[in-house]
Amino acid sequence: MSETITISPVTRIEGHARVSIYVDDAGEVDSAQFHVVEFRGFEKMCEGRPFHEMPGLMSRICGICPVSHVLASSKAGDAILGVQVPPAAEKQRRLINCAQVLQSHALSFFHLSSPDLLMGMDSDPGKRNIFGLVDADPDFARRGIRLRQFGQRIVEILGGKRIHPSWGAPGGVLKVLSTAERDEMLGWVPEAYETLEIAFRRLKSVLDSFQEEVRHIGNFPTLFLGMVNEDGEMDFYDGRIRIVDSEGNIVADGLDPNRYATYLGEASEEWSYMKFPYYKPLGYPGGMYRVGPLARVNVVHAMGAPRADRELREFRQRTWVVRNESFHYHQARLIEMLYSVEAIEDLLNDPEILKEHVRVNAGQNNSEGIGCCEAPRGTLFHHYQVDDDGRIKKANLLIATSQNNLAINKAVEQTAKRFVNPGRLAEGMLNRVEAAIRCYDPCLSCSTHAVGQMPLSIELIGPDGSVLDRVAR
Amino acid sequence: MSVKTLTIDGKMVTGIAGETIFNVAWNSGVRIPRLCHVGGVSDVGACRLCLVEIEGQKKLMASCMTNVEEGMVVRTNTERLQSHRRLILELLFAERNHICAVCVMNGQCELQDMAEELGMDHVRMRYLFPKLEVDTSHERFGLDHNRCILCTRCVRVCDEVEGAHTWDLKGRGVNSLIIADLGEPWGQSDTCTSCGKCVQVCPTGALFSKGRTVGEMRKDRRFLKYIVTAREKHQWIR
Repeated sequence: MSETITISPVTRIEGHARVSIYVDDAGEVDSAQFHVVEFRGFEKMCEGRPFHEMPGLMSRICGICPVSHVLASSKAGDAILGVQVPPAAEKQRRLINCAQVLQSHALSFFHLSSPDLLMGMDSDPGKRNIFGLVDADPDFARRGIRLRQFGQRIVEILGGKRIHPSWGAPGGVLKVLSTAERDEMLGWVPEAYETLEIAFRRLKSVLDSFQEEVRHIGNFPTLFLGMVNEDGEMDFYDGRIRIVDSEGNIVADGLDPNRYATYLGEASEEWSYMKFPYYKPLGYPGGMYRVGPLARVNVVHAMGAPRADRELREFRQRTWVVRNESFHYHQARLIEMLYSVEAIEDLLNDPEILKEHVRVNAGQNNSEGIGCCEAPRGTLFHHYQVDDDGRIKKANLLIATSQNNLAINKAVEQTAKRFVNPGRLAEGMLNRVEAAIRCYDPCLSCSTHAVGQMPLSIELIGPDGSVLDRVAR
Repeated sequence: MSVKTLTIDGKMVTGIAGETIFNVAWNSGVRIPRLCHVGGVSDVGACRLCLVEIEGQKKLMASCMTNVEEGMVVRTNTERLQSHRRLILELLFAERNHICAVCVMNGQCELQDMAEELGMDHVRMRYLFPKLEVDTSHERFGLDHNRCILCTRCVRVCDEVEGAHTWDLKGRGVNSLIIADLGEPWGQSDTCTSCGKCVQVCPTGALFSKGRTVGEMRKDRRFLKYIVTAREKHQWIR
């Protein structure tokens, strides 16, 4: 008898989601879907607002990565003004973006995923969380929390507050950085390096025990998309889009982010509020691509920072192999954290970041602006059209998590087929389905343009559509 | 010039005939809440926050519109008044779209400050969520009706200090709107001198300088005292 398993709500992700696992007459997993069950409509609610307010308005989309939205929005505003921001402003923006990636990745790795990695997928779900980790390994947990605090502190110093800073503006930033603030931030750097060294060691030491998961949790060929600088190195703030295939061949390079609509399409499905972006030349759903940490380390030639490059070389097994296993998002996240700390150190040691000229003033010179940057979860696009008086006529936001939507669905299905035994449901099986989702660290608040934590529920659904079993926490 | 002696919150105070309770109270250190009053222009009693109790009178009176009388006993901060004031604020918040978190005046707004000061921690009535336009047709300034509380400070300062009378009101009750001239987009106004006085006296983010992002708008009303002192006393002092 066929049935459907529903995981509802999914836990330890940001937002609200549900997974349905469809079981066929033979009692095997037939297919699975990842439903995003929240809707916000930010694109609609900002219509009619002056474009200068957009960075502050957009920062409210998400409490985890408000900075990315502020930056993409400010860059779209720069384009509407038709200006180039002063060097000090650009450096501050780069700094806060690295801090944002660092704090968000630290949250994903230490708070959300390390309980699975360090305590095991089948460990007691009551303890498989950050509090369990604090009991089991207080020093490691404390270091993780401190690393995130470092990122958050930079956001606080620059942006005035940790969550929803409204410090970015079209034409630059609002605040001049002081020497004392710079020195405080630099003071955190040595501890961050130490913590990351320990995290790398811990992750690598447990990878062998996760061989089954590495092979079967979201391991499939897709395209990878990310932003690179002119040398093909990692760049979170500005650059051109590169797309590589599952074997590392460059499919497209030097793509202008401003022309994203010519090569990226967005499809909708009635069973999810999240859109399904795809690479247009390969159509839907064949143009499935992944973004975020794994995609970024897959598309770059090098990181452009010595410590991160050493880790990248090891990750790629000393050749440029593209890693298709979604499980490796975790290691990619660590590499990016290391890169971020190195970039933060470089930026802070550059005296130009202290310059007082941080904003240019101009009138509205264009009726359209696109801002693109790398957010922790992948490439983020903000696209605004304004009327002659500078009010938003239309806004389109292309969010990282939604770009991973096709891949998350595929990963969920693959994991369910391999690990879920509908005849003998065990909590650990469903946790692996959730772990597949957590690899992508999806942020559903952003991608549906929702609030709060993201509980996920799993439902087992029979061929007649009836719910046979449900696991929720 | 006759002097009137009265009691405000148990304190004996004196005022001059023709002076309002509001002015006498403030001059004696009794701070009555207000949103529509701004020093230097006439009062209209629009916001009703300055309501006070006067012994012997059943009705609550707007202190900015009531003159002092000999022997008056006035109470400015009773529980009943506090409750009414919170209700007035709740009505203001429910009437338009005051979203502090994304407002250019967040942290600097008089309405926000007043809500905090008077302990208005929630709104009991349903929000109306009216669909109102933002007028950014002026080269330097913008008008966001969503954040307007219809205090008419802008109307009065434009008329009485600048002498342009660009601003006025149209409609009635909650449907009232501030308009430039006869309802033209602000940028097309024939009378506006672009002096910006209206922007500086506006208590909320309804009138703002273009180009300002969330929480970035600052207003400075010192100019008003300077102009009024110069005009009335012929003293050009800051």
